Amino acid sequence: MRTFKVLLRKEFLQIRRNSFLPRLIVAFPVLIMLIMPLIMTMDVRNVNVAVVDLDHSATSRRIASHIRASEYLSFTVATSDFQLAMKHLEKGTVDAIVEIPSGFERDMAAARPERISITANAVNATKGSMGMQYLVQTISRTLSELKAEKSPVGAAELITVQNRFNPTLNYRHYMIPALMIILFILICGFLPALSIVGEKESGTIEQINVTPVSRFTFTLAKLLPYWLIGLFVLTVAMCLAWAVYGLTPEGAVGSIYLGAILFILTISGFSLTIANYSETMQQTMFVMFFFIMIFMLMSGLLTPIDSMPAWARKITVVLPPRYFVEILRSVYLKGATLAELWSNYLALGIFATLFNTLAAVTYKKQA
Amino acid sequence: MNAIDIQSLSKRFGRVQALDAVSFSVGKGELFGLIGPDGAGKTTLFRLLTTLLTPNSGTASVDGFDIVNDYLSIRSRVGYMPGRFSLYPDLTVEENLDFFAALFGVRARESYDLVAPIYKQIEPFRKRRAGKLSGGMKQKLALSCALIHRPSVLFLDEPTTGVDAVSRSEFWDMLASLQQKGITILVSTPYMDEASRCDRIALCNEGHILGIDTPNDIVRRFDAPLYAVRASNMYALLSAARRIEGVAECYPFGEVHHLVTDRGFDPSRFLGQLNELDDLSIEPVVPTIEDIFIKWMKR
Repeated sequence: MRTFKVLLRKEFLQIRRNSFLPRLIVAFPVLIMLIMPLIMTMDVRNVNVAVVDLDHSATSRRIASHIRASEYLSFTVATSDFQLAMKHLEKGTVDAIVEIPSGFERDMAAARPERISITANAVNATKGSMGMQYLVQTISRTLSELKAEKSPVGAAELITVQNRFNPTLNYRHYMIPALMIILFILICGFLPALSIVGEKESGTIEQINVTPVSRFTFTLAKLLPYWLIGLFVLTVAMCLAWAVYGLTPEGAVGSIYLGAILFILTISGFSLTIANYSETMQQTMFVMFFFIMIFMLMSGLLTPIDSMPAWARKITVVLPPRYFVEILRSVYLKGATLAELWSNYLALGIFATLFNTLAAVTYKKQA
Repeated sequence: MNAIDIQSLSKRFGRVQALDAVSFSVGKGELFGLIGPDGAGKTTLFRLLTTLLTPNSGTASVDGFDIVNDYLSIRSRVGYMPGRFSLYPDLTVEENLDFFAALFGVRARESYDLVAPIYKQIEPFRKRRAGKLSGGMKQKLALSCALIHRPSVLFLDEPTTGVDAVSRSEFWDMLASLQQKGITILVSTPYMDEASRCDRIALCNEGHILGIDTPNDIVRRFDAPLYAVRASNMYALLSAARRIEGVAECYPFGEVHHLVTDRGFDPSRFLGQLNELDDLSIEPVVPTIEDIFIKWMKR
């Protein structure tokens, strides 16, 4: 027990003495939580629209003014020459063209109008399709307003839409739990592995290996500081999410921490296994990086697993972050409980046991 | 009982036979030197005896404990100082010493009398980080840490490599005083001149032991006449001397060339045969450990 305390004290001393680590541990979560949610947004804004108004009627002006008023669309060019608008689209100064045919208002009254045409630049598929939808919504709202004014009875709204769990469809609320997981992967995945391989590189691990200290004690003392740091970082990230974005977990905080502990155990066991096979820090970095890329892109962190092809969905079953993503998002946004998410906790528990056993088996005090 | 007993110990790394059936033993309280060039297998032998490696074949025991089966018992009773400085550079001198004491379950104070003669010299810098010490001070700290748990056998792998001549001499004085306290010391060095400070030495090369004896007796086993020759053009002398009849070997040795000859060799005739070389001289010399090493290596 005394040996363990001494090893632990040494570990903390080394982290504190490191010129870079303490700063990283504090600055990293703050930066990620403050800056990334603002950047990582799929909301499409500033769709530049050119209006080719051939009608010059009250209706066409009404449409134009609604486009001008939209917070997603920005009215850039007004012209009556479609070819000119097309040139803008080609240059990229305009993302979409709305063409209102001449005589549109008159024809609308006669109930056989020529159609309004929308031409969009779809190089960026998301921006293209989302921008188009905004435009369609804006124009149809204008048209139904006009209709309502003419016949006070009005057309009844046929569809109502309600977004449960994330009522404002805020992409940030979807991303913040994912960012917390990225923090975990980097801090609890990279740092312990680098620390162990660092001892290999400097030869100090040899000096430890000739002492009676067991490999279990040594490894546990190596990992415990990073587990604590991981939980500290999670707490900081959760506080920031609440203070800056007003996002608090709908479900129990305890179930988040339980998931976090299981996930930390998994990812640190994983990184230990890699450290056991590497001789240099560079090697560790590259191998870790390879897996982290897969974790980030395939665990549903950034893109939903449900929209992946079937074979890819099968692969995600063996990716531990997938289960933690599920836990964190469900607890945060839906207020899911432990009982509902038990299979995810179980999966993480199995991975934690698996990777730590693997790490213990592959660690050799002798060669 | 011997402090170290080695029976045909072999270790292979892939295709490289690092140690090939090495056998020898070291008595209790002996200062035993392993002398050999880089790649002789010295470090491999140390790593086997300190239980960092397991042998492919053969057995060895340290302090009566088998290096494979009783490796845990060995770890608590040997001190190991690797060739490369491997203490924590970001911990201070004092912290390193306390840390290693604690890993062996002792307190630094309890062994102070043993380490004091060495540690006293670096004590003024006890608050300095180990990484910021000079080479000689690092070596003293490493030795202090290796001694902190009062080991009965001390393994020192090339402790004087990269250390200045004065510190090297001081270091051997320290080893002599540790030996006085009953500690068995196995030390390796590539410097032949340090061999004379050991009780017994083993000359090794390419995983083999060439011979074992006391430093004085080992040179007596040099059984051929030996001369030092010199001339103004040393290179021409080397190739010319090798062609003379009766010369078994001629090799550069510091400022002169050493000449190993047959029994019936006549120095004056040698001078006559090479009279085209300027300032040629020849004189008999006493063989050194290096001479015997070169002789055995070619055997």
